Formats: sequence, structure tokens, C-alpha cells
Amino acid sequence: MKRTQQLGLLLFLSALTLFTASVFTGNFTFTQQEFDSFVEEKGYKSELFVEELEKALVTDENINIFEFSKRVRNAVAINNQYYNELIAKYNAEKNWAKKGAQYQYKINGKPHSISFQIAKKSGSGFTKEHPGLSWWLTFGLGIFGALLYILPSSVLLGKPGIKNNHIYRDSATNRGFIAWLVLVYLVVFYLVLYFKADYVVNWTFILDPISASLNGGPASQWFVYGFLYCSVMLTMGVRMYIKYRHNKYQMIRTTSVLFFQIVFAFLIPEIMTSLNLPGYDFKNVFPLDYDFFFEWNLKRLTESGGIGLFILVWGIVLTVIIVPVMVYFFGKRWYCSWVCGCGGLAETLGDPYRQHSDKSLNAWKLERWLIHSVLVFSLGMTVVTLYCYFSGTSSLLGIKSQWIKDTYSFLIGSWFAGVIGTGFYPIFGNRVWCRFGCPLAAYLGLVQRFKSRFRITTNGGQCISCGNCSTYCEQGIDVRAYAQKGENIVRASCVGCGICSAVCPRGVLKLENGPEAGRINPTEILLGNNVDLMQLVNKKVK
Amino acid sequence: MEHIVIIGNGISGVTAARHIRKNTTKKITIVSSEHPYFFSRTALMYVYMGHLKFSQTQPYEKGFWNKNNINLKEGHVTAVAPATKTLTFKDNSTLTYDTLIIATGSKPNKFGWPGQDLKGVLGMYHKQDLEQLEQLAPNPKQCKRAVIVGGGLIGIELAEMLRSRNIPVTFLVRETSFWNGVLPAQESEMLNKHIAAHHIDLRLASNLKEIKSDENGCVTSIVIEETGEEIACNVVGLTAGVTPNIDFLEGSGIETKKGVLVNRFLATNVEDVYAIGDCAEQQEAIGLRRNIEAVWYTGRMMGETVAQTICGNLTQYSPGHWFNSAKFLDIEYQTYGWVFSERHKKPYEAYFQWQHPKKNCCITISYHKDSMTFLGINTFGIRMRHEKFDQWLTEKQSIHYVLKHLKSANFDPEFYDIYEHEIVAKFNAEHQTKIKIAHKSWKRIFSKKLQSH
Repeated sequence: MKRTQQLGLLLFLSALTLFTASVFTGNFTFTQQEFDSFVEEKGYKSELFVEELEKALVTDENINIFEFSKRVRNAVAINNQYYNELIAKYNAEKNWAKKGAQYQYKINGKPHSISFQIAKKSGSGFTKEHPGLSWWLTFGLGIFGALLYILPSSVLLGKPGIKNNHIYRDSATNRGFIAWLVLVYLVVFYLVLYFKADYVVNWTFILDPISASLNGGPASQWFVYGFLYCSVMLTMGVRMYIKYRHNKYQMIRTTSVLFFQIVFAFLIPEIMTSLNLPGYDFKNVFPLDYDFFFEWNLKRLTESGGIGLFILVWGIVLTVIIVPVMVYFFGKRWYCSWVCGCGGLAETLGDPYRQHSDKSLNAWKLERWLIHSVLVFSLGMTVVTLYCYFSGTSSLLGIKSQWIKDTYSFLIGSWFAGVIGTGFYPIFGNRVWCRFGCPLAAYLGLVQRFKSRFRITTNGGQCISCGNCSTYCEQGIDVRAYAQKGENIVRASCVGCGICSAVCPRGVLKLENGPEAGRINPTEILLGNNVDLMQLVNKKVK
Repeated sequence: MEHIVIIGNGISGVTAARHIRKNTTKKITIVSSEHPYFFSRTALMYVYMGHLKFSQTQPYEKGFWNKNNINLKEGHVTAVAPATKTLTFKDNSTLTYDTLIIATGSKPNKFGWPGQDLKGVLGMYHKQDLEQLEQLAPNPKQCKRAVIVGGGLIGIELAEMLRSRNIPVTFLVRETSFWNGVLPAQESEMLNKHIAAHHIDLRLASNLKEIKSDENGCVTSIVIEETGEEIACNVVGLTAGVTPNIDFLEGSGIETKKGVLVNRFLATNVEDVYAIGDCAEQQEAIGLRRNIEAVWYTGRMMGETVAQTICGNLTQYSPGHWFNSAKFLDIEYQTYGWVFSERHKKPYEAYFQWQHPKKNCCITISYHKDSMTFLGINTFGIRMRHEKFDQWLTEKQSIHYVLKHLKSANFDPEFYDIYEHEIVAKFNAEHQTKIKIAHKSWKRIFSKKLQSH
């Protein structure tokens, strides 16, 4: 069994190495013929740019993606500099007609995105020519290796039950060397994905055939991310099934997050795209889905006929009615730990790291400031965007619509949710984004705290203050502080993952939806002491 | 200002301090030689097993004590002089008090076994025991086998700890079946099997004769009394119960028996000296409870009570209905009310029992033979709602009523399989009754609570 696990780990690491190494493979030059047809297809107006590109890319030498990217960005820079100077010159001469004519020659877009698009055309090499084999050597081998590592634990962990042995004795789960390596890998992955996607264009070649069969087009970096996300969740979902096989709540919940991620977040949008409909994740709720009210999305939806209109109405109804009503009945868990994709990754890939959330009072304070600030930020951004959309202006109260959207996307969408939110799993725990950053979680939290039937009931006097509940709370709630006082846990941040209840050795905690009366129950004296004393103290409190 | 000194920073002492602070501004000092900060003793096992870091066993942040103006003093009290209200410490320094609360807890029992003080012999009670275990038994290479003597809750926890590091364990239990002085046979036998399934070498009806050592005084083996069998081992865990930790009171004039003798107000024979928690011994038993109760929550309740008295609100210690819980490896156990083992069964007590054919789930309900009054319940693998059973015990409900409303008392996580129908069907078959199980009702579950609000 141990041997099988070691083999699995070896295979997984080999696959990860091949996957990473594939980035450095391939050749990204054009032959003259390819280049000519590419330029014709693109219809660049700037001859200077075409000239520069040709100089850079039509060559006999082999260039990898990094050299390629540098050359393309250089060509863009040379071209744009040239025309910017011309524009400045005509501007000085007040030659408005000529100035205006120069803009069409500039190459617009982020340099790495331009590089990505061209690389997608010019790339050749192993992953492009053998996507099937490449898939098996990376995704296939990785999943197989991971499963070889995970499956034996159904025996090695011993009988069903809570098996948290050695979590704090293992480098990978106790912020040791391995944890930091994982952090570095994840952070670099997200940085490249968000800001330098052209570097990993080879990964998209691996998934081109799958993408084509699903949506009819080649794979983008987002397709790679989506596919990888689902693969990771499924594989680590198997780990959850084994680890919590005695706990039906966890089994069903894991099935639910896997279903919503794979079907709703991945398959349905892809299939919609293949049908020429706007690809849409029907469970992605504004304001987590922060670009729902962006001009491009509103435009896309209003131009897509009935289905577009349906999505528009659905999105609004989801945020305004369905979400709060569901939170009233079930708590925010129905979304955060049953449906949400971010939550889904946190509950599968992130489960080994849940103990790292900070339980201090200071962290709680930070949480409340930060998450509500992000909520205000997202709402403010949306107000500006909608105002500009309907009024046709480009700013509100001096806040430029484009600027605030870009800032939000960069700071919150990319850095907070991705790089920090997931990249820092091994050190700060698996719910950094959900706890400190997610504006939807902030909104659901307010509903859960003030108007909901959900609570974690504590079981009278059985608590022995051991601290397992607090330690394994991914949201950093000091569960024990409530449990040892016999006080129900009613906290805005609780996502209802149910692990506190699972790890409790004394059966003290139960997640449940019940009447609102008595839901919040500060108690002075716990159950156990006789009634007279309780009444006495209660009288005093009143 | 009145100075209240509490010896011992376990659950009893700390609860007393917290509740005194809630009601007064008196000066409070907590003395401990074990660790500067309060931690959960019952969680020490999880530190060894790697579930928790030691810091996570501490329920309060370090700033808590300052914020609440509770002084923490590290030191080992060696003598108490009530005449001068002075404590003397190991380093001969002294501390005076106006009111003293003794909350020094327990220490592991040693029954004069030959070799009981050798290197490699330890209890599993103090933080120091944990540190020693980490040193002596870090892995199966250094500790080829451990022998645990005494089949109670600490014994099985120590076995679970050692097994988490793959250290072979032999478990000597005096009784003919695990914990059958407390548990009915059905449950005790289920645990015997469960212990064996965890690859623990369980030796029932086995007593320790002696512990042998090498020339350096390190443990090398033990000998079993009954069979004379010698078992090679590197570590011996003594877990045959605990006894009050009160040696330092000798000669103080504070009356002791096994523990510090206290009245119902937790006061000792000496004015302004109280004793609470494991180390306190009631002069007369309260209900069916023992005079000394080494249980987490009774310590907590005594702390709550003594705080009232010290703050001028004279309050009797009146523990309510008995309850407890534990976890035996993977099986959770809860009990509410009194269920005695066959050995200690009251003459009026009858059992109704149910056991799942495959899973580690079973219950025993004790009821009064004649009146059919519900007396108590043991559950294994099923969680129950404390508040409901406490209420039903107070209301002296019948076993029929309890069974009928069992669904409302279930405390298992959502979606768990429930067995109320099987349980009630079995009772109906055995007693020719027609109890129809009632639906889970929020109204019933929260009835008591709603009234008080």
C-alpha cells in the first residue's frame, strides 16, 4: 500500500514536471507562407508592425515562447512608439486630420494577450502535434498518479472516522518546506495565468481537441484553467470521499460542489458557446460575478435575444431574491460550501490546509473591515458602470468607469481572489478569499447573521474545550469560544462546511435550520448546574 | 483589596477566576507549576497525534488574562499555612491570600507496583507526561512496544495515541471486559472488538505484577500477574485512574480524606479556603454521584458555583442530572442520566437495549421496572441532544415518552442514517406496546428554551 502511494506520488510529480516543462517546448516561428496568410487574415493596417513581426518571427532559428513573446511585444512597442510620436507631432502642429488618421495603425490590447493570439497561430511542437499523447502524459498521468496516492488511504487511514493524524507533523500540512514549495508553484501559476498567459500557450494546445469538441473553438487559457480546475476538484474530491466516508453530510456536500463546478461552471457555458449563445455560469452570483453589469456583458446579453434576456433577469433575481431567501432558510452554506466554485476548490484541494486560518480576534477584526470594504468597492464600481452605461458618459463624480473596473479586476479579481486566495492555501488556509475578500460572502453573511434560521447548535455542557473545532474551522471562527459557553454559533462568516461538527470528539456541535427565536442564546451558566442556579444568574443578567 | 488566590489553572480554577471577575473587581491570582496558561488537558492526546499544536489547546488568547486583570503566577506550592494565610513555594518564596481556592486536580494512580518509578513509566495526565511521551515514544523504532496498565478512558486514549505512530500496544485491563464496571455488557463487548480491530493487544482480566528494567533503570519488560507472561516493552503507561493531587496540604490543618473535604458550598473546614474540581471530595454524596468526580464539566460547574459564593452570593453546589461523553477510538459515547453496568445495577433498574447489526451503534436505556420512568441513556455512535434529555429527566418522563420523541433528541449531523424506527420497533416487540414514533418537531426541541425567553 505504502509502495503504491509512493509510486503514485512519483507519477504525479513526473506529470507535474512534464506539464511544467512543456511550457519551454515548441517553436513559435512562422514560415514566410504561414506569415503571409496570417497577416492577410488579421488585416493589420500598420505596415511597420507587419515588417517588424516578419523580421522577428520569420526565421530559420527555433524560438521558444519566451523569446517569441519578447519579440512580439517588442514589435508592438516599436510600432506603437512610432505612431505615438507621429500623433504627438501632428498634435503639436495642430494637424487634427493627420493626427486622427494615425490611431488605426496602433496595435491595441495587452502585449501578452497579443502575443498569446499570435502564438496560438504560429506555435508548433510536441504539444501541438500530439495533443492526445501530451494530455495523457500530463493530465492523464497526473490524475492517475494522484489517485494512486489517494486511493490506498481508504485502507491506510484505518477504520472510518476522523483521521487527522500527523497533520501538524507533516511538512506539507504544517507550513513546512513542502507547503512553501506548493505556495510558490501556485502563485507563479496564477501570475502567469492572469498576466502572462502567452507563456503557457503550449498548455492550450494540449486541450485544443477537447475544447473543439465542447465549444467548437480552440482552447484559451481560461479553458485550460477551467479544465484543470475541474480535474483537480474531482481528484481531490475522491480524497474527500475517502477521508469523510463515515460522514454523510460531507459526502453529499462534496458531490454537490463537484456537480455545480463541472456541470454549471464548466460544461454548460462551453456548450452554450458551441451553440452560439452567450456562455454563462448560471450559479455565479453578482457581486462575486463582478462583471455581470459590465457594458460588454450587458451588450452581449441584450444582443442575444431571449436567452440573453433570461440570463439578465435570472442574474438579477438570483442576487436579489433567491440568494437571500435561501440564506434565510439554510444559511449561506447552501451557496458557499454546496454550490460555489471557489468554495468547491477550497473544500477539495484546500481541505488539507483548512487548519491554517487565523483564529485570533485581530484576524476577525481584519476580516470584517476587509470583506465589507470589498463589498462596498464592488457595489460602488457597479453603480459607476451602470450609470455610465445608461447615461452614455465615461465617469461618475470623477470616477472613470474604465479605471474603476480595471482596478477592481486587477486588485480583487486577479490578485485577491486568485493569487492570494488560492496561491496562499498552504500557509493562510483554504478560505482566505471567501473569508476576507468575497463580496458575495459579505452579502450572504449579513443576511445569515441578521435574518436566517441557520445556526450551529451547541450541546449543553458536553464541551471539553479541546480546540479541534476551532482548529479545523476554515473560516477562522473560534468555534470553541462559543461551544464551551454553550452558546450557539451564529456568525456571518460561517460557510456551514460541517467540519467542526465532524471533528468534535464529544458530539457538541450540530448544524441546523430552526426557528429564529432563541437562535442567538448567550448563556451565563451552562447546562449541567441545577436549574435554581441558572435562574439566579439569568435574573442577575436581566 | 481582597486577594483571591487559586492554586491550579485547570478548568475548575480558571472557571472560578472568570466568574469571580465577572462579578467583582477583587484581585485574582492563579498559580500553576504545570504551564503558565490554561489549556485543555483532555486535548493533550491530539497534540501527540498531530491533530493540534499545543497552543491550540489553549482556549484563551494570551492577552485575555491581562485584559481581565487576572494575574498568572508560575510556581509550585509546597505548603499552605491557613493561620497566616500564606502559601510557600518550592523556591521558598511566599504569597499571602485572603481567600484560597484549591483546584489542583488529580495525579495518576500508582498502586505500589515494583518498578513503578522507573525511567519509561509514565501517566497521561500532565503536560509534562506528554513531553515525556514524545521523548520516549516518538516512533516505533525508539519504542518497540508500549504496555498500558488500566482500562479506563485515559488508557484507551493513550492506546489510540501510540497507535497513531504505529507503536505496538499491549493493553492490560483488570476487568473481564473493557470498562464493564461502568458500561453494560453489550457496550463493553462492542468496545472489546473495536479495540482489537485497531490492532491493540487487549489483555482482559490481566493485572500488572512488576516492571523490569536494565542496568540504567530503563524499562525493559513487564510481567503479568495472572499468567506470569513477560512482555518486552520500552514504555509503560499507568492509567489506572487518578487520585486527588493534594500532598502539599499535609500538615496544613485543612481536612482531607482521599481529596479535600468540602461541604455543599465547596468550603473546607478552614475559613476562606475552598476546594473545587477533581481534588474536592464531598462529605456526603450528592444524589447517585461519587464523592469525588474527576470529570471536566463538574470541575467547571464547581468553579461557577464557588465564584458565586465568594462574590457574596452564597450558593450550593447542585449538579443537575448526570451526563458525560467520551470517544473510544472511532466510537463516540454519550450518556444522560444514570445507566449502571450489570455489576452496579440498582434493584429497580431495567434495560432496554438496541444494537445495530453491523455498525458500531448501540443504545441502552435504563428505566424503572415498575413505574417505567426513564432513568438514563447510553448511546454509542449516535449523538443526542443534551437539553432534551435533561428536560425529560427533570420531568420524569416514561421510557415510552422518550422513545416516542426520540427523533427530536437526535443530534447527529444532517443526512445521517437514523435508527429511531428500528429502536422503537424493537421495544414494541419486546414489550407488546404500540409506540408510534413522533416526527421531529422544532417546537418540541426548543420548547423549554422558548419559554424561558
